[in-house]
Amino acid sequence: MNYNVTEKGYYGTYGGAYIPEMLYPNVENLRQNYLKIMQEPSFKEEFDQLLKDYVGRPSPLYFAKRLSEKYNTKVYLKREDLNHTGAHKVNNTIGQILMAKKLGKNRIIAETGAGQHGVATATVCALMGMDCIVYMGEIDIARQAPNVARMKMLGAEVRPATSGSKTLKDATNEAIRDWINNPVDTHYIIGSAIGPHPYPDMVTRFQSIISEEIKWQLKEKEGRENPDYVVACIGGGSNAAGTYYHFLHEEEVGIIAVEAAGKGIHSGESAATSALGKEGIIHGCRTLLMQTEDGQITEPYSISAGLDYPGVGPLHSHLYTSGRGEFYSATDDEAMTSGLELTQLEGIIPAIESSHALAIFKHKTFKPEDVVVISLSGRGDKDLDNYIKYFNL
Amino acid sequence: MKNRIHSKMQEDKKLLSIYFTAGYPALNNTVQILEDLEKNGVDMVEIGLPFSDPLADGPTIQASSSKALKNGMTTAVLFDQLKDIRKTVSIPLILMGYFNPMMQYGVEAFCKKCQEIGIDGLIIPDLPVAVYHEEYQPIFEKYGLINVFLITPQTDDERIRYIDSVSNGFIYMVSSASVTGSQSGFGNTQQDYFKRIAAMQLKNPQIVGFGISNSETFTQATTDAKGAIIGSAFIKHLTANGVAAIGDFVQHIR
Repeated sequence: MNYNVTEKGYYGTYGGAYIPEMLYPNVENLRQNYLKIMQEPSFKEEFDQLLKDYVGRPSPLYFAKRLSEKYNTKVYLKREDLNHTGAHKVNNTIGQILMAKKLGKNRIIAETGAGQHGVATATVCALMGMDCIVYMGEIDIARQAPNVARMKMLGAEVRPATSGSKTLKDATNEAIRDWINNPVDTHYIIGSAIGPHPYPDMVTRFQSIISEEIKWQLKEKEGRENPDYVVACIGGGSNAAGTYYHFLHEEEVGIIAVEAAGKGIHSGESAATSALGKEGIIHGCRTLLMQTEDGQITEPYSISAGLDYPGVGPLHSHLYTSGRGEFYSATDDEAMTSGLELTQLEGIIPAIESSHALAIFKHKTFKPEDVVVISLSGRGDKDLDNYIKYFNL
Repeated sequence: MKNRIHSKMQEDKKLLSIYFTAGYPALNNTVQILEDLEKNGVDMVEIGLPFSDPLADGPTIQASSSKALKNGMTTAVLFDQLKDIRKTVSIPLILMGYFNPMMQYGVEAFCKKCQEIGIDGLIIPDLPVAVYHEEYQPIFEKYGLINVFLITPQTDDERIRYIDSVSNGFIYMVSSASVTGSQSGFGNTQQDYFKRIAAMQLKNPQIVGFGISNSETFTQATTDAKGAIIGSAFIKHLTANGVAAIGDFVQHIR
């Protein structure tokens, strides 16, 4: 089976570009040019250099000895948490800001939930001297004050999304409306592997550096490029897409996704899209999404703001439906205890998003000889408040 | 039966079309609003099927959609409200909504229901013309529905020709690069755009939407085009004056 995007932008039946005509010229321009630009030597050179000197890549592939002993298997952590700005998000924003420059755009817009993608976008806009407007739900602005301050310090304007549920999905709507209103000078940096084609593929390609590095790093450490499993958490699914990318067609590599079950899949407060979602259209993309019987998009819940999205990228919907991916979900409680466990076994405080990936050990038992690579997508600094409250530290 | 939109386009006058969100201000206002609009000389109506995430709409229509959903509006409720509408209303009726609720209802079931009720056309901003053309056109045609597409000032000539070739009824000409309800008055750029499109001699008439709020903008928009659609301004009027004063609003347009 093919897991790459087709010419028309589909993964199986998922994907496409279900956008209002007002967005067509911009999205079409991007579609026609993104691959060409990404292959230009001058683009690749600048992208690679920034990833190396500015982001700090390659990120280490760390053998987690004590975690491995505890679960009687071989666990490697892909340390995206050590990137500049603290998560994998910057891989994509570096790529897209260079793309925007090539397309002759000078105004950048972005959406953000917890603020990680907003910070990564504001960072590259500061780096390139571009105007930056970040849409963020009014409710998220209130609960993510440090990231709001970071964005402002970086020179971005943070605009509150006051419509709908005032969270990530509404911030995304507002960013799309901004793009409709500013069709000429603006590039929209989407933060996850979602949105109309070519965004899911473009974001996946920028994030694919994660699996590209895993291959050669594992070869050095284990003498083979392919692990037995790659594991990542999924909200929209950008770190997962990057972690899987070079293994999608390597059938011996098991692909594992961990979604956020919130207070339990069937509690009514969950973000486990593959389990709860149905095929539909969200933010220009045909994919699995959480919705009412009438087709109204519902508000997800997770303790992790980065996984709190009612849809999932179209690649992941395809991996789920085709059976290529094994999908699990971790509750708030499972994620939080897994995060604390990693902190105390390895001295690494993970982002709560990444803690969901670590919670795989509560759902699946691996063989002692298995090599399991887990994407540690971000660091936990931003989540200290949550950890403190949860564990009464 | 001949589609009412086709007959309407033949009439020798500039057409006034009104958009409102079904279920707003109150759940059961739909039929009364339609009857009053017809009584006051409106030529055509777009009935908005509310959606939780209306990407192409500005704050006014967003707020009316949220309220309508809170009031309990759903696709099934709307169809039920409209089941006898052809006994009292004879102007063309168009359902305007986003694609996801239609998908969930089932595209064919949705179209079939529209035909039973006497709906003439659909406007689905996030169903791209190519996807319609390749996947859904036979279903829409089977049930006698006209699907209306948008063009904007950024749509290039080649694409306008393509949209004209797939269209059958009228083209919804978005007045400027914007979401709904964000304009006040038309400047030279828009007037030039109206003239440019008129000069293309398209096979389908054009109805201008977005930014028409009063008699002045209606006249400007319809100098070259066949008609114009008023949405946000009408919703604002409903919000301020309720459903009793619909005549006042329409009389002030022309």
